[in-house]
Amino acid sequence: MKNLRTALILSLLAALPVLGVPVAQKAFATDPTPAVTARDVTASGRPAFTGAEGLTVQEAPPIPKDATDDRRRQRNYPEQPPVIPHQIVGYQLDLRANKCLTCHAREFTGDSQAPMISVTHFQDRDGQVLGAVSARRYFCLQCHVPQTDVQPRVPNSFRDVDSVIREKDAAAKGGE
Amino acid sequence: MGIIRRALDLAMVAWRAFNRPAGHLSLGFLTIGGFVAGVLWWGGFNTALEMTNKEAFCIGCHEMRDNPYADLKQTIHYSNRSGVRATCPDCHVPHKWTDKIARKMQASKEVWGKIFGTINTPEKFEAKRKELASHEWARLKANNSLECRNCHSADSMDITRQGVRGAEAHQRFLFTGQATCIDCHKGIAHRLPDMTGVPIWTMPQQAAAPH
Repeated sequence: MKNLRTALILSLLAALPVLGVPVAQKAFATDPTPAVTARDVTASGRPAFTGAEGLTVQEAPPIPKDATDDRRRQRNYPEQPPVIPHQIVGYQLDLRANKCLTCHAREFTGDSQAPMISVTHFQDRDGQVLGAVSARRYFCLQCHVPQTDVQPRVPNSFRDVDSVIREKDAAAKGGE
Repeated sequence: MGIIRRALDLAMVAWRAFNRPAGHLSLGFLTIGGFVAGVLWWGGFNTALEMTNKEAFCIGCHEMRDNPYADLKQTIHYSNRSGVRATCPDCHVPHKWTDKIARKMQASKEVWGKIFGTINTPEKFEAKRKELASHEWARLKANNSLECRNCHSADSMDITRQGVRGAEAHQRFLFTGQATCIDCHKGIAHRLPDMTGVPIWTMPQQAAAPH
């Protein structure tokens, strides 16, 4: 009789974890699931970054395409390095080869009809004029970059000098 | 002296056995047996040939795996939006049988290079890169970029879907037969060697000549 009771208690004890599951589930289900705004990026296997919202994981936006319409862009100020309006994917640009210069070097511009690298590129840092592109100007992408059609992440209120002068003139005229 | 004579005797015995008409085998057995043996040999030969014509075979050596194959993986011929890709033999082995055999015979030099470690370190490979690249440029120039054209056909090229500069260049040089693919498209599947001394490599030579 005593043995039977011991066995019963032991079996009840053994069954406790299984019986306790629904109770535990209810207990832990109380905290609300956070409102998910972004898709589950970890499941998609795609890269993610944390945004301004703190620790919420946002899906990375698709990489915008470069502007490749072969139309020259206006410069915002005279010293601005002109931007690249064509595809440069896979262009080799290292000590062994410079693909940019196969069109933009002086001797090839006749056939390529590409703009020649400017005369400043033929000067070393002491102003000494050289026969070919100066070493400090060799890596084109240090200054010249492709453009994409996206909104800048940081707002920019830059205006070029002409519009500033024009506005000042207009203000002076209006003040008279 | 004795050895030479014994070898000559052996050769004579072998030749007599080879030259004598079959004494026990029927003509039918010899004919059909010869045919079956021929099929087996030919099939086996071509299967073995195809085995050496796979990328897995090429990158079985670290020289190819660590240098040209590593280069290729960075380029559009390995990774692109549609996932169609070229493997080593697509560009480096002619597809026609006779040309393929000729190239395979040339490749015996590569076996020599493998045995004697001609390019078995990255430094040695870099030192030879220009020479090796020049061989491939010369080969593609000589066969009118045949291996490019196995996939890229000028007839199927829709230049209205190309960039302005590309369309212009293809019309001016490719369609007129003035230039072949490799004249402008060097370094599209591997990194270029030191290009100093290569006068111009993205435009046909005659176009670049002073007018």
